Amino acid sequence: MSDLFTEPVLTALVAGAVLAMMPIMLAALGESISEQAGVLNVGLEGMMLFGAYAGFNGAYYLHSSWLGLLAGGIGGMLSSLVMVVLCVRMRLDQIVVGVALFLFAEGVTSLLHGAQFGSEYPRIDEIGEVKVPLLSKIPVVGESLFHTHPVVYLAVALVFAVRWMLKRTSLGLSLRAAGEAPAALDAAGVDVTRTRTLAVLACGMLAGIGGGYLSIIAAGTFTPLMTQGAGFIAIVLAMLARGKVLWVIALAFLFGVSLSISTALQLAGIDISTDVIQLLPYATVIVVLVAFARRSYLPSALALPYFRGER
Amino acid sequence: MSAATQPMAPGAGTPAPADGSERARGDLLAVLEPIWQAIVPVILAIVASGILLAVIGRNPFDFYDAILHNGLLTDFGVQQSVTRMATLLLIAGGLIVAFRANLWNLGGDGQWLLAAAFVAGLAPSVVASLGDGLGLAVMIVVGCVVGALWTVVPAFLKAEYGVNEIISTLMMNFIGIALANILVKGPFLTDRPGVPRTDILDLDDRLPLLGNTQIHIGIVLAVAVMLALHYTMTRTPLGLRLRVLGANPRAALHLGLRPKRLTYIAFGASGALIGMSGAVSMLGDWGSFRADFNPAYGFLMVPLVFLARLNALGTIAFVGLFSVIQIGGDTATRQADLPTDFILVLVGLLLFFMTITEYVRIRRAQRSAYVPRGLGAGVKTAVGSPAPGAGAAREGPA
Repeated sequence: MSDLFTEPVLTALVAGAVLAMMPIMLAALGESISEQAGVLNVGLEGMMLFGAYAGFNGAYYLHSSWLGLLAGGIGGMLSSLVMVVLCVRMRLDQIVVGVALFLFAEGVTSLLHGAQFGSEYPRIDEIGEVKVPLLSKIPVVGESLFHTHPVVYLAVALVFAVRWMLKRTSLGLSLRAAGEAPAALDAAGVDVTRTRTLAVLACGMLAGIGGGYLSIIAAGTFTPLMTQGAGFIAIVLAMLARGKVLWVIALAFLFGVSLSISTALQLAGIDISTDVIQLLPYATVIVVLVAFARRSYLPSALALPYFRGER
Repeated sequence: MSAATQPMAPGAGTPAPADGSERARGDLLAVLEPIWQAIVPVILAIVASGILLAVIGRNPFDFYDAILHNGLLTDFGVQQSVTRMATLLLIAGGLIVAFRANLWNLGGDGQWLLAAAFVAGLAPSVVASLGDGLGLAVMIVVGCVVGALWTVVPAFLKAEYGVNEIISTLMMNFIGIALANILVKGPFLTDRPGVPRTDILDLDDRLPLLGNTQIHIGIVLAVAVMLALHYTMTRTPLGLRLRVLGANPRAALHLGLRPKRLTYIAFGASGALIGMSGAVSMLGDWGSFRADFNPAYGFLMVPLVFLARLNALGTIAFVGLFSVIQIGGDTATRQADLPTDFILVLVGLLLFFMTITEYVRIRRAQRSAYVPRGLGAGVKTAVGSPAPGAGAAREGPA
């Protein structure tokens, strides 16, 4: 165990954790907004896949990681239009539509990628990392936090912005009311459908940017089914954070660490089965749920379509 | 007066049969409606995927022909499809139990894989010591128990604290998948070289085959389970209780049902059926659990079960269709040089069109009159032919 806390091991751990946490954090942030507004977005994984695919193509053809991330956000937002039309406007079952979106996204992105590149997986080489002078020299965290793509800072800033928006603005109040008591929001003269539409679109955009980060910056390429359950983890994180979005950062970092710990342990020469390590974050969640279950709380109108005048 | 009433009689008489036949046609439509409701989205999904195929430069007719040919029209294909159907039907049955009670068991894959890993790991030695018949039966029970046990934590969290079961089943799903791999790479690892896997169950010791085919008795078991499930859900108090719990938990509480107990029962039965599916698949199809094996059947069954509106009999038809698509699609996608994930496009589209068809149906029902269609007919039949009980009561004193 003496090798565990050496500098290269910790550096690899933090670097891997930051890379792995970003997509989950962005998607969980989006899901938080959507859940606060009463829409349980089970298709999050699908939106991330669309974002990853669109983001990769944007970065590949436009030769810019920023445009790629933008394309990812737009791709995710377009796919969330399906949720908007079917679940918010037509008030169909959110879980069924979410599962459909997920399956469809898996199939379509894999199909399109196959039709485009065959069995080749072209890479994006120039991702535009920025090295902050001096700060990047800090041991352990310097390399991973200050020699990275600047979108990381933007993402963290976004979490604080969303926190401010949910807590301090009337839009945030409307969003939370749409999830808690849509009838009251309606009576107050705010359009529930429009509020929820905004929330789902924002969720799709954030999930798409998360997916784009995954393909452009974390992996450098798009492979079919590359999200590997990140979207579902993000749903769980959003539920555990209960609308307190700062928790999303901490929880996402925890998941990032457990996803990157196997590489770090290999560096340290400790051989633990990757299956055991992959199991840990989920087991942690279950233990937390069993221990603190009484505190789990979800918006009362979550996953319920709003019908005006219905009691 | 008589002259006035006289022409009235045929006038009144003529619409009567027309009304009758219209009603008959209406009844026929009402009977066919669920079938129509189910077929329209299938057709739309096939057409939409066909357009997508054409867009990326494949001939959709060739593709669908290849699916049909390889999944249904060859001896080998149809036998494979029926075998696959056994596995999928049991999963679908497990989902129906939970979904009927409005419990979102989305952890089917974890339950399935864990049960499969236990069964595959234990089967060779258990079957060797207990003999084929008893050994296989015991292993199927083991699969059921493992699957059911894997739902205990979500059921507990849901029943006691109301924790959303989507989170807990998804978490248990990932844990189950990892745990199955740990088991296969650890305690159940075979001594033979090659990919990490469990000991292989001899072909002679697997589930018995039907006649001269390659189809094992899993399909008989699966169909029997689905029929029993349909009976339980529609004709027994337990089925009614589960449906009441699913439709309205507060009503269930007011009726004096015990929602906590029903939650445990529904989750347990769901996991048991999914575990049984894992056992049947291992004992009949594979004979051994390979590390990192995950066909993800559980998630694919969710849309099908909804398409059949949680009706066990309807599910049999859809799972049959899906098995053909999956088996035939495997070869068809390879021949057309497409990723096998293309089948997911078909399933996703199917689900979208299904929900939209449902929406159209509800909108049409809302636009029709307030008076239910059967009401007028009901009054007439009640007058024309009184119920046997009422008739007897009236005749008694006379």
